[in-house]
Amino acid sequence: MKNTLRQVFHSSKFVAGFVIFVAIILMMIIYPLFNPGNPLEQIGVGTFAKPGTYVSLYDAARTKTDTLRLPDAADNRIAAALTDEDRVAMVEWFTLMGADISDLDTADTDAMIELWHETYDPTARPKGMTNAKINYYKRLNNAIMDLGAADTITIAEYNDEGVLEESKTILDTDYVNTKNVANVKTLPLGTDNFGRDVLKELVSATGTSIRIGLIAGIVATVIGLTFGLLAGYVGGWLDDIIMFITNIFTVIPSFVLLILITYSLGQEQRGAAVVATVIGFTSWTWTARSVRSQVISLRNRDHVNLSKLSGHSLVRIVVMDILPYIASYVVMAFILQVSSGILAEAQLSLLGLGPKTTQVPTLGLMMNWAMLYSAHTNGSWWAYFPVILIITLISFSLNLMNTGLDQVFNPTLRD
Amino acid sequence: MSEMEKARAQTDFSDKPLCLSGRGVTKVFGFGDKKTVAVDHVDFDFHEGEFVSIVGESGSGKTTLSKMLLGLSNQTEGEILFQGKPRDIGTGRKKREYWKGIQAIFQDPFSSFNTFQKVDAVLLDCINMRGGKHLSKQEKTDMMTEACNFVNLKFAELTNKYPFELSGGQMQRLMIARIFLLKPKILLADEPTSMVDACSRATILDMLLNLRDETGMTVIFITHDIGLAYYISDTVYIMEHGKFVEFGKADEVILEPKAAYTKRLISDVPKIHEEWDLSTVDLKQDA
Ligand SMILES: Nc1ncnc2c1ncn2[C@@H]1O[C@H](COP(=O)(O)OP(=O)(O)OP(=O)(O)O)[C@@H](O)[C@H]1O
Ligand SMILES: [Mg+2]
Repeated sequence: MKNTLRQVFHSSKFVAGFVIFVAIILMMIIYPLFNPGNPLEQIGVGTFAKPGTYVSLYDAARTKTDTLRLPDAADNRIAAALTDEDRVAMVEWFTLMGADISDLDTADTDAMIELWHETYDPTARPKGMTNAKINYYKRLNNAIMDLGAADTITIAEYNDEGVLEESKTILDTDYVNTKNVANVKTLPLGTDNFGRDVLKELVSATGTSIRIGLIAGIVATVIGLTFGLLAGYVGGWLDDIIMFITNIFTVIPSFVLLILITYSLGQEQRGAAVVATVIGFTSWTWTARSVRSQVISLRNRDHVNLSKLSGHSLVRIVVMDILPYIASYVVMAFILQVSSGILAEAQLSLLGLGPKTTQVPTLGLMMNWAMLYSAHTNGSWWAYFPVILIITLISFSLNLMNTGLDQVFNPTLRD
Repeated sequence: MSEMEKARAQTDFSDKPLCLSGRGVTKVFGFGDKKTVAVDHVDFDFHEGEFVSIVGESGSGKTTLSKMLLGLSNQTEGEILFQGKPRDIGTGRKKREYWKGIQAIFQDPFSSFNTFQKVDAVLLDCINMRGGKHLSKQEKTDMMTEACNFVNLKFAELTNKYPFELSGGQMQRLMIARIFLLKPKILLADEPTSMVDACSRATILDMLLNLRDETGMTVIFITHDIGLAYYISDTVYIMEHGKFVEFGKADEVILEPKAAYTKRLISDVPKIHEEWDLSTVDLKQDA
């Protein structure tokens, strides 16, 4: 036993998979310690805030300032003011106006602005352009006009008589140290369509999905193992009945069964644990079949006969003389079930048949939300890509462990 | 050697109490085209303290018969009598009771042990089975040491070892130690020496004879080697295609064979009529 464990941990594939999996679990445990709270809390209004650090403008305006004269501050300001979309729109305008843009670099803000001053004409009404678009160009022009005019921002507040009174002037050389700003929030993966912190949600979802995988794996393994052992060891009519049930479950594609059962349960009944159980309930056949065939080849071995002659009970023979011989096999089947359970949950949730959406996030639900709110078409990669990455990593690590185990237990597979 | 020669075929067993008998015992595997009659209406009477050999070629049905005798598989037809009365092993409890009286040593020592159980556990199990659960640790150790001494194994060296860490011969001897502890009425040994080297073979046969002499148990020895059967047994049953073609005292059957099959088996063994000598047996086995 100890020997086998040592061998398992000498398999590089197993160790690699194990390390990845443990890292994911650790992240799941440690991250919430630093960032506690409800992962489904909607912190943002509006959808899909980009990943980054958010500084409270309100607090920043009231924070003590220091003066820094940075040489490229003005350039940076102009560059940041023109978004990529604005630049594309500007090039579009230049083309409509017939300007020469053959050697124009859209990243060169000075050149762009210079050409804009030359070509923009507020009275021009290019053919086929919508009013909305014309107004957009007007606003863009105003913004560009403002850029050059470096002056101060004045903050005014209502005084007791309800009259606006200047309270503070912000110079372009005023800086605040983010440490002094009362509210700064880093959202490494931005927010999702409901304005929720994606990273926090992802960590929580990973935990739930792994739990779903484990429950599904345990359910499938327990059912499969029990059926396989009974059918294989007891044989006779019990074998016939069990194999009949197993065959029915094998013939109907388990995913179809899964969809039918979860659909018939209804949204309200579908907690994460229920969905996990249903997944396990539809995926035990493979374990049952392979355990059965292994047991059949074991039950006529002489050590089992000897155990019978020693007067041992059926339960003891199954547990002591059969189970240890198939344990490695069962462990491997279990790992596969966990991995496929996680994938099954993701598939179900994508179809809208996953766990109830109000309680806990799961990896599948996150994918579902991202898809429903078109994250993939509006460029909000942070809402779905990390989820795909985590699903892939979990499956990859579990399969890697399995391959490692397989090589230890079936030495003929070793390369 | 002389002691063993004496042990063989000196007593008449026909008036000893019956231990295990069979009437029309038959085993059929499969049906239709695939039907195999592995054991075909055999009758037999084994007596207390008798050393019986069942001799037959590979596939003649020896193992199939032994599984039925052990109650590990049911006969298709016929009746097996235990101590003169029809054997009843219908329930798990009755089976367990029956197995207190009959034990076995199997052909392949490497598949006879649970590789997840240590040697001590195997022997302790036997003590518990004989109702020795309440004994003190020291008493149990003494019993295990005695059993190991009987088969020339050192118990102290075996503790904490797994059966697969022993050699084939040592494992088979451990099997005999197990029988020594269990002291059943009947021992069924299915080719116990076919997987071990010549030297271990002689020791193991010796031990089986000693066991019979000391405890008076009936030994049913299954072998494909008629020379070995002649050397070791009181009574011989010759099996061909699931039938007993001839049986009787070892000397009578082997020195004056009647069935053609027996004659053929004997003619395959060189020097059968000469003075028997252990070394010839072993040399022949290795060939
Ligand atoms: N479980 C089974 N199912 C079908 N046929 C069987 C089964 N067990 C044995 N047989 C058949 O019964 C016949 C007798 O087999 P058995 O194992 O009793 O022979 P044996 O005399 O012990 O041979 P060996 O000396 O090789 O051990 C063979 O033809 C074998 O193919
Ligand atoms: Mg055999």
